[in-house]
Amino acid sequence: MPATLLPGGPIRATRDRVTALLGRHPVGLALVAPYAAFIALVFAYPFGLSVWMSFHEYFFTAPGAQVDRPFVGLRNYSAVLSDPGVRQAFGNIVVFLLINVPLTVVLALLLATALNRAVRARMFLRVAYYVPYVTASVSVVGVWLFLFSSGGLVNKALGPLAPDPSWLVNEHLAMPVIAVFVAWKQLGFFILLYLAALQNVPRELYESAAMDGASRWDSFRSVTVPAVRPATTLVVILATITGANLFTEPYLLTGGGGPNGASTSPVLLMYQRGVEQGHPDVAAAIGVLLVIGVVLVSLLNRWLLERD
Amino acid sequence: MAQTVSGASGQVARAVVLFAGAVAFLFPFYYMFIGSLQAMPDTSPAGALPSTGLTLGNYREINAQVHLVRSLVNSGIFTGGVIACTVVFGVLAGYALARLRFRGRGTLFAVVLLVQVVPFQLLLIPLYVLIVRSYGLADSYPGMILPYAINTTAVFVFRQFFLQLPDELFAAARVDGAGEVRILRSVALPLVRPALLTVVLLTFIGPWNEFLWPFLITKQTDMQPLAVSLANYISNVAARAANPYGAVLAGACVLAAPAVALFIVFQRYFTSTNIGSGVKG
Repeated sequence: MPATLLPGGPIRATRDRVTALLGRHPVGLALVAPYAAFIALVFAYPFGLSVWMSFHEYFFTAPGAQVDRPFVGLRNYSAVLSDPGVRQAFGNIVVFLLINVPLTVVLALLLATALNRAVRARMFLRVAYYVPYVTASVSVVGVWLFLFSSGGLVNKALGPLAPDPSWLVNEHLAMPVIAVFVAWKQLGFFILLYLAALQNVPRELYESAAMDGASRWDSFRSVTVPAVRPATTLVVILATITGANLFTEPYLLTGGGGPNGASTSPVLLMYQRGVEQGHPDVAAAIGVLLVIGVVLVSLLNRWLLERD
Repeated sequence: MAQTVSGASGQVARAVVLFAGAVAFLFPFYYMFIGSLQAMPDTSPAGALPSTGLTLGNYREINAQVHLVRSLVNSGIFTGGVIACTVVFGVLAGYALARLRFRGRGTLFAVVLLVQVVPFQLLLIPLYVLIVRSYGLADSYPGMILPYAINTTAVFVFRQFFLQLPDELFAAARVDGAGEVRILRSVALPLVRPALLTVVLLTFIGPWNEFLWPFLITKQTDMQPLAVSLANYISNVAARAANPYGAVLAGACVLAAPAVALFIVFQRYFTSTNIGSGVKG
């Protein structure tokens, strides 16, 4: 490299050509190379492979074995779409999202607004709110299992109002409990996102709203909510992605998507069909459909939230 | 007058909301800890405040079942490997994306944005095929680490950090004739400490808490991180134990403690601005 720093005819010409080809700081290419290779190896290639697998007959083989993997068109997709278990799992995710996303947005915005104006104990409250977010799902699932078991604290406290069958083995309540669990666990992160957005709302907007005689609720509705709308779009999209990725909770909290598949998620199904039963091609098709679903829901949300 | 009354009642309402929130978030953790110390589970509301009969027996039980130390070492190696790769390669990538002009930078940045929205679970099956079947990395640390090796949010945090450093810093070094590598080493890296702590914190919670991936690729119990061995205990063994919840909660406390402790000690490096910049780019 030092040679290029010297003034001189031929060297300068070489340098110009290098600049035209690789940019002003070619060393940047070397610095990003490991990360770019990582993206290619762990995201881009598997992404392509996933789509490819979903259109072929694919099964597990011993390392290095050469086998024929014939193109089967949409066969994996029609197998997936005609499978009642798959339809149930996608339906479960719709139930999950209808409960989880509104709950997350409302509670996160409410707590962030309150926290933004709080004077005392801010640090304590902030930490209290994101402790569930930083803790392993497996760990907090342990205590929720205990709390919501048929003889657990929640049912003891409810007494005669306790549901029967109990929460996690009740086919109408299993998915809602999971939706509430995930909202509870992720809320701290979304509160942080809203806090960042709230700090960018100009104070004058609140002052002029107060001058117009707006109540606290009015100014929340007419100033805060529109001002944090981009953050809301982000929260809704991230919460949707989190919901689509659901695996640990149905696997552990409701004992493998029970009762009778009432809390099975598409990812749990991908694991069961792909790894346990050895049909990775079918599992890949479920994955592709899941991502298409997430993209459609995200676009719909964005359109709903950002139109005027 | 009316203004101050509504102000006071507003403050009370706010305090109630904030406090209720804190209780809802913290109570399960308190209950987890208390439950892990009880020899017999007492699930009545009064049992949430036990005065006697606390014991460490549940910790002995879970240790006998899942070998806590071995699992913690596995979790530590998995997490440490991810943090090391993320810090080393993430700093380089973040610096280059923020301060250097080179061909392909815009493309790479667009790809990175895209990566953040591709759900990992879509890649589950192909990654399993590649890492377990093609590369033969089942039951190995590299196999565990590879899909998590460089945390993209961390790259964003580093990039954001280097973007906000004053240009004069870099201009002065260039005038002195320093090369780009030299500038990175002696100007940028010595300043990176605050971003480094944020990155370590948010990278830590990924692999330490991750269940699905290590669960898929570790079949040997002596290679499983704690999240996996505890989950296996919950789904297979617990039903047969004398005080199943006690042992589960003891394991849950051991798994939760390092993350919770780190975030309490270093909480000021995990703020809305840090995370906001990471997510929004």
